[in-house]
Amino acid sequence: MKQVTINTLMLALCLMTSFTAVAETAEEKGLAIATEADKRETGFKDSVANMTMELKNKQGKTSVREVRVKSLEVDGDGDKGLSIFDTPKDIKGTASLTYSHALKPDEQWLYLPALKRVKRISSKNKSGPFMGSEFAYEDISSQEIEKYTYKYLRDENLNGIDCFVIERYPAYRHSGYTRQLAWINKQEYRPEKIMFYDRKNSLLKTLNYSGYKQYLDKYWRAEKMHMVNHQTGKSTLLTWHEYQFQTGLTDSDFNRNSLKRAR
Amino acid sequence: MIKKLLLLALAMSLPVAQAAEWSGNIALQNRYFLHDPLVQNTEQHSNHVSLSAEPEFYHSWDDNQQSLTFTPYVRIDQYDNERSHGDIRELNWQRVFENWELKAGISKVYWGVTESQHLVDVINQTDFVENIDGEDKLGQPMIRALYEHELGTLNLFILPGFRERTFADAEGRPRAFPVVDTNQAQYESSAEENHIDYALRWFQMVGNWEIGLSWFKGTSREPVFLPATRNGQPVLLPYYPQMTQSSLDAQMTTEEWLWKLELISRNWRNTDSQTQLLVNENYLALTAGFEYTFVGVLESDADLGLVMEYLYDDRDEATTGFFENDLMTGLRLALNDAQSTEALLGVIIDVDTQESLLSLEASRRLGDRWKLELEIRSFQHVNRLSRLQSLKNDDFIQLDLAYYF
Repeated sequence: MKQVTINTLMLALCLMTSFTAVAETAEEKGLAIATEADKRETGFKDSVANMTMELKNKQGKTSVREVRVKSLEVDGDGDKGLSIFDTPKDIKGTASLTYSHALKPDEQWLYLPALKRVKRISSKNKSGPFMGSEFAYEDISSQEIEKYTYKYLRDENLNGIDCFVIERYPAYRHSGYTRQLAWINKQEYRPEKIMFYDRKNSLLKTLNYSGYKQYLDKYWRAEKMHMVNHQTGKSTLLTWHEYQFQTGLTDSDFNRNSLKRAR
Repeated sequence: MIKKLLLLALAMSLPVAQAAEWSGNIALQNRYFLHDPLVQNTEQHSNHVSLSAEPEFYHSWDDNQQSLTFTPYVRIDQYDNERSHGDIRELNWQRVFENWELKAGISKVYWGVTESQHLVDVINQTDFVENIDGEDKLGQPMIRALYEHELGTLNLFILPGFRERTFADAEGRPRAFPVVDTNQAQYESSAEENHIDYALRWFQMVGNWEIGLSWFKGTSREPVFLPATRNGQPVLLPYYPQMTQSSLDAQMTTEEWLWKLELISRNWRNTDSQTQLLVNENYLALTAGFEYTFVGVLESDADLGLVMEYLYDDRDEATTGFFENDLMTGLRLALNDAQSTEALLGVIIDVDTQESLLSLEASRRLGDRWKLELEIRSFQHVNRLSRLQSLKNDDFIQLDLAYYF
């Protein structure tokens, strides 16, 4: 009798365990994927890179922007970022400092070299275009788990890459999007493609990542990020060069004084 | 001797091995005045063409811990010999250490937060012939030490050498009536333009607040005007008194609001309105207001900002500035487009007399290297006794086409 009881109990436990596995909701699985992706990103400490943006309008006319970007990983919060603009020439020497946050508005400062003035600016507008491009500030700022809630949709093969397809919903109330569809590489947990839906839930933009390279045997960075705006026909190609990691940047490289002397 | 020269050559070749670069701009400007000059005269003109250039040389070495900046500036004006001028905006060496910085040479410093006027910003002299908004500055010789601490950033300035404010000559517009005679500048200090000035500034960020406390002792950048004559003609002499100014500037930032305050307390010498004699004067002035930004207006990418500031001076109508009880209202539009199209429309109205100063500044990039700028200034309801009186016919429209390299 005792034996039976134990067996029954074992069976019940097994059933329960498998039941839990089955019962992982789409939301839980979506979050689990995002958490794993975040875990694989953790620990890069700091990075320095050059970014070239090629803006293309509907007629195919292009213009180029060059920006140097420094990033500092912040435990339990969004990263700190310093961007220095080299072209177009009329804004050469302009620099911006951002303390990004998941749910609160970012803190942002702008250095205007002609006036030697540092201006703390309103940063509610995460959905605004970055330097007139098809990238919004919220598309290129650091991706914290808390920025979205998630839902796993399906597995899908995207151009030969096995992906999870997840849907994510921005938690920030001033986001420009209702939702995003993200194709996450199953092997490396890095995004391969994201589709953005505007506030009216119409398809707005598609972002494709390519030319992934791995740094420090851990961190994947796409060399190219191509954003196409379906509503305007404009597009922006973002190319990253000369990535460096763990260069020894500290908090003091990301304050008002360092912003003023950034060149 | 040869050894020394070799060492010097070596020392100079080291920095040269690293990044050195030239950048800058050349701009063609046209200013068109809408009305006849205030006093019917043949000296002044209704259209001025001018050309300006501001190249900048920057060179850094020692892993960017040391740098040299050289920024000459020149403008050539069709008629105004005072507006045709050159300046060294910057020529300085900077060294960055662990938590402090040292800068020596000619440089520019900006203090403050408000838009309508810049009370707190007193290190650099205003290059008034460039523009009457007071945002163009002459280079100031200085030694500056900056120290960073968790309790704030401390700046110490030693300012040897004074720069006189620039004023338009008889042919220039806009200008004062009678004309300001810059050749006869006077000083309270017997050291005149060689007086050494000092300044201190502490700055700290606390949560959403940014607070600056500054103190300046030395020659006032703002002159007091004394009536005089030159060749039998009436002129105004700029008199530069000694001053001590303490100030506070603060900004509080929330999602879409920026709350701003600049407050100064100044002690200097000014002419008594009754006796016309120079007497000691203490006064308070402030600018306080906000900027609210509507983001993505009308479902576009554009941002629209509403700026309101109150300008106060406790000397009332006896102010040496233009604003003593005035309200500034402004609209700032940024299209956030590829051409960075921007515009700022502002009006400063005197609450008592309705006298007002209207301005529009707009700019747009053309291609990758050109920029077109439009500026309109207009003076309305100018009081007969007002300090703006001499500017009342000087409404102008200005276009700048600049090439950047």
